[in-house]
Amino acid sequence: MSSPFTVTLETQGIACDRGGRRLFEDLSFALAPGDALLVQGPNGTGKTSLMRQIAGLLPLAAGEVSVAGAEADTPVAELCHYVGHLNGVKASLSVRENLTFWTDYLRTDASGGDVDAALGVFGLTPIADISAGYLSAGQKRKLALARLFACPRPIWLLDEPSVSLDVASVEWLRQAIESHGKAGGIAIVSTHVPLGGAFTHTLDLHTVDAAEEPTP
Amino acid sequence: MKAALALIRRDIALAFREGGAIGVALGFYLVVIAIAPFGLGPDLNLLSRVAPGLLWIALLLAALLSADRIFHNDYEDGSLDVLAMGTLPLAGVAASKSLAHWITTCVPLALLAPVLGLLLNFPIHTIPLLVLAMLVGTPAVSFIASIGASLTLGLRRSGLLVALLVLPLYVPVLIFGVSTISAAVTGPGSPWPPFLMLCAISLASMVLAPLAAAAALRTGFR
Amino acid sequence: MTFSLTNLANPTRFLNFAGAVIPWLAVLTAILLGVGLYQAFFVAPADYQQGETVRIMYIHVPAAWVGMGCYVVIAIAALGTLIWRHPLADVAAKAAAPIGATFTFVILVTGSLWGKPMWGTYWVWDARLTSLLVLFLLYLGLIALWQAIEEPGRAGRAAAILALVGAVNLPIIKFSVDWWNTLHQPSSVLRADGPTIDSALLTPLFVMGGAFLALFVLLHLIAMRAEILRRRVRVLQQTQVAQAARA
Repeated sequence: MSSPFTVTLETQGIACDRGGRRLFEDLSFALAPGDALLVQGPNGTGKTSLMRQIAGLLPLAAGEVSVAGAEADTPVAELCHYVGHLNGVKASLSVRENLTFWTDYLRTDASGGDVDAALGVFGLTPIADISAGYLSAGQKRKLALARLFACPRPIWLLDEPSVSLDVASVEWLRQAIESHGKAGGIAIVSTHVPLGGAFTHTLDLHTVDAAEEPTP
Repeated sequence: MKAALALIRRDIALAFREGGAIGVALGFYLVVIAIAPFGLGPDLNLLSRVAPGLLWIALLLAALLSADRIFHNDYEDGSLDVLAMGTLPLAGVAASKSLAHWITTCVPLALLAPVLGLLLNFPIHTIPLLVLAMLVGTPAVSFIASIGASLTLGLRRSGLLVALLVLPLYVPVLIFGVSTISAAVTGPGSPWPPFLMLCAISLASMVLAPLAAAAALRTGFR
Repeated sequence: MTFSLTNLANPTRFLNFAGAVIPWLAVLTAILLGVGLYQAFFVAPADYQQGETVRIMYIHVPAAWVGMGCYVVIAIAALGTLIWRHPLADVAAKAAAPIGATFTFVILVTGSLWGKPMWGTYWVWDARLTSLLVLFLLYLGLIALWQAIEEPGRAGRAAAILALVGAVNLPIIKFSVDWWNTLHQPSSVLRADGPTIDSALLTPLFVMGGAFLALFVLLHLIAMRAEILRRRVRVLQQTQVAQAARA
C-alpha cells in the first residue's frame, strides 16, 4: 500500500466564463486530506467546467487554484485523476492494454501502478484480455474508473461517475471514494445518484452568484 | 521519457489495428499516381520528367488526408484530456503523436514511392536517393500537419480545411524535396545542397511545430 | 484625452474613438486617392519602354506595401492575443485578414495585367509574384479558420497561432521560392520588378502609398467596429437564450 496523501487543495476567488457568459465567480474553498466534496447544481451551472478548471483543461477567468503538501512546482494537473463524461477507452486495445497504457503514461516514478489490482477493483479481471470495443457502456465506464487505481494520485475529480453503472458497481464506487478519503486523498464528485454518506462537504453551484455582464 | 515512448507505442499499435488506416493512405497514393497518366498522356519521357514532382505532391496529399488522425480520435473519446494531465508536457504529447504519424503513415508512403515511380518511368538508379529524400523530408510533413490538425480539433469538414491551411506551408519541403531528386536525375548541380535544406526544415519543424500544436490544442479544449 | 493603446482596449471607448475618426479619415483618403490617381494618370510621364501601362505600377506597388504590411499587423495582433491578452487584438486580426487578402488579390491582378504587355502572358511564375500568391493563400487560410470556428475566443487564439506560424514560415517560403526560381530560369532577362524608378515618378508613388495606407486604416477601423458590434449582438442573443431557459 502506498503512503497516505498529504495534499491540500485550495481555490481562491475562481471564476468561469463559458460562451461569453460568466457561470460563477468568486468561488473559494479549501479541502484537506480526507475531504470529499459533492458538487451539485442544475445542468449548465458549471459543474463540469469547475472540475476541468481544477484539472487544468480550462483556463481560469479569475482567481487561483493551489495545492500544498506536494513536491514543489508540481502542477495541479499532475496531482489529479480526472474522469469526465468521456471514458478515454480505445476500442482496438484490450482492457488490460488500455489500463497498462494509462499506468505507464501517468505514473511519476518507477514504483506504484498495479494493473491487476486496478482491474480487480471493479471486477474487470475476467474480461481483461478482451478487446475494449466489445464492452458494454457500464463496463467501459468501469474501465475508465479503473484508471483511478492505475497509479496513486491525491486528488480525484469525478464528473457523473456513476452513469451507466449498475447498483453493485455504484456501491464499489462509493467504497472506493471512502477508501481514498481514508488514505488522505481528496475527492470532488458531481453526481445525481446518491452515493451515501461518502461526502464531508457540499457545494451547490446554483446558489453561487453569477454576474451577467456581457463580455464583448 | 517513458511516457512519450508509451504514447508512441500505443499510437503505432492503434494505427495498425484500427481498420486499415495505413492501407487506405497507401491505396490513395497508388490511385493518384495511377490515374495521373490518364490526365497527362502516356508519353514516358514526359512522365519521367514530372515524376519527382508528382510523387512528392501525391505523398503530401496522402499524408495530409490522414493528418486528422493525429489528434481527432483522442479528442473524441476523451483520451486527450487525460494525456494533458500526465508528466509529459502537451508539446511532448504533440511531438510523440506526430512522430507516430510519421512512422505509421509517411514511412510506408516513402517506401511505396519507388514502386509507383516505376509506373512513371522514374530512373531506377535514382530510387535510393528518392527514398532517402522522402524519409528525410517527411518528418516536416507530419509535424507541420499536426499544426493543422490541432487547430481544427472538433470542427466539421476539417480534412479540407487542414489541407487549405497546411499546403502553403509545404512549399519549401516540396521545392527542396523535388530539387534533390531532379538534380540527381537531370542535373545540373549536386543534389546535396537542397537535401541539406530539407534536413534543416525537418529538424526545425520537429522542434517548433509541437510548440504551436500544443498552444492550438489548449485553445481547443472545451 | 490621453491617447494610448491601453485606453482603447475598452471596446466602448474604441467604438467612440472609431466613430469620431472614421469620417475625417474617409475625407483624407478620398483626397489622397484623388490627388494620387490624378498624378498617376495625368501628370507622371509614360515610360519610354512600356508606354502607358507603367501607370499600373502606381496601384500595384502601393498595394504590395499594404498587402505585406497588413500581414505584419496581423502578426503583431496575434502576439497581442496570445501574450498580452489585449482584448481587441483578435478583433484587429480578424478585421485585417480580408482586407489584406483583397489588397494581395489586387497585387496579383494588377501584376498580371501589367505583365501581359511586358511578357506576353497573363501569369508567370517569377519569384515575387509566386511569393505573393503564397501570401494570398495564407490570408485565405486565416479567413477560412475564422469562419470555421464558432466561438470567437477560440477562433481568435487559433487564428493567432496560425498567423504566427505563417509569419515564421514566410521568410523560409520566400527563400525557397527565390531559390526555385533561379533554378528554373537561370538566365532570366525578365525584370519583373519593373523599370528603375525615376525621381519624377516617385512623388505620385508616395502619394498613392499614403492614400492606400489611409484606405487601409479606414477600412480596418470600419471592419473592427463591425466585428465588435457583431459580437455584442451574439452575446445579447446568448443571454436571451439563457434567461429564457431559467424562466
